[in-house]
Amino acid sequence: MHKFANPARFLRISKMITPWCFFLTIVTMVAGLYWGLFIAPEDYQMGASYRIIFVHVPAAHLSEICYGFMAVASVVAIIWKHPLADQSARAAAPVGAVFTALALFTGSLWGKPTWGTYWIWDARLTSELVLLFLYFGYMAVWEAVEDRTKAARIAAIVALVGAVNLPIIKFSVDWWNTLHQPASLLRAGGAGLHPDMLWPLLTCILAFYLFFVTVVLWRIQSLIIRRQIRGLQIRLAEEERANG
Amino acid sequence: MDGHFWAIVKRDIKLSWLGGSTSSMVVAFFIIVVTLFPLGVGPEQNMLARIAVGVIWVAALLSCLLSLDRIFQADFEDGTLDQYALGPLALETVVLAKALAHWVTTCLPLILISPLLGILMNLDDPAFLPLIYAMLVGSPALSLIGTIGASLTISLRRGGVLLSLLILPLYVPVLIFGVMSVESAVMVLDGNATMLILAAITLFSLAITPWASAAAVRLSLD
Repeated sequence: MHKFANPARFLRISKMITPWCFFLTIVTMVAGLYWGLFIAPEDYQMGASYRIIFVHVPAAHLSEICYGFMAVASVVAIIWKHPLADQSARAAAPVGAVFTALALFTGSLWGKPTWGTYWIWDARLTSELVLLFLYFGYMAVWEAVEDRTKAARIAAIVALVGAVNLPIIKFSVDWWNTLHQPASLLRAGGAGLHPDMLWPLLTCILAFYLFFVTVVLWRIQSLIIRRQIRGLQIRLAEEERANG
Repeated sequence: MDGHFWAIVKRDIKLSWLGGSTSSMVVAFFIIVVTLFPLGVGPEQNMLARIAVGVIWVAALLSCLLSLDRIFQADFEDGTLDQYALGPLALETVVLAKALAHWVTTCLPLILISPLLGILMNLDDPAFLPLIYAMLVGSPALSLIGTIGASLTISLRRGGVLLSLLILPLYVPVLIFGVMSVESAVMVLDGNATMLILAAITLFSLAITPWASAAAVRLSLD
């Protein structure tokens, strides 16, 4: 792992990988979405409106995976002081927030024709909303703290505290919802998806994973470069002061 | 060891009594927030009775949040926190002492005043005792979780908004089980399972938060 700790080496390797990731993302995304939106059969109850799951499910899945990634990166940052770990977590946060927002947005679009309302205080919707708040809090730390190294360490603690709390929040929201209203609206996980729908869905999930990897690599690269630029600017200013 | 712990608790409580009336201001804030709800949703007695427990809990969360920044702020500014870090007591224990002092000076007054707010909100008679009981069980978690936010934002100039953004999502479980344990106690549902979960949340935060907060205090002292 420490082989990749050198930002310059990381930049070199990741610049080789990202074009391929980007290419694969485009291929699987187009294939999965075309397969799901045009080829896969209609649902006998919901008609074509179910097709939003080809965006909704991957987004919701990645929104959780991304927080897990940030938590792991934060553990690595705290324990091994790995210089790229906190940059990875920082790079992933806005991506995860967008996935979360996308999952909420597509979910409510689907909810209007199916449930007759854009929003209900369903357990999953509520915990996804709280997840969005956790992302906002994490991103706000990087905005609010000026000292970069201090920001990295505060953000790592915030991510870990959030990761410990997420299961508790999910559990309490589930409990809260089952007491307040019967869980009749959502059948448990759409049990037994037909293969004609399952395969395009899996393709879309793969596409979202590739998208996630591509964008996070890009963002890490740009964070590293931005730091290098800042270092150069500081050195330039020091030289100017020494000369003048 | 014990002596140091209680010395910090006593010092913080004394400072809060002597140094201005922050406790009474928090209580006033608590009362005003609750008063806003009947003005907002209308004075219908039945509706007020139905939302009373939730409103009182939400107002308690907000009042608690309002007072979190003073847990470490003053001690950080005058260097006391550095002395604690050098002192014989582990920072984790210092955090516990601070949380205890915060609970005594903030949450306890809120709990004591909450029956009065129950009357204002037309709370059902059988709900009064469960409400106090649930607040006694759940509010230590508010102080403990609050120390995380307070310690993370010590060295920030405008930490207040960030503090709320970080802490309020973490208060969600306390709020849910705080309200639900009162409701199920009134309806004599499921014995006291929800109250036990509320207690579990408090104990869990007692076990976890000192480590996180102490780590955050250490890095702001660097």
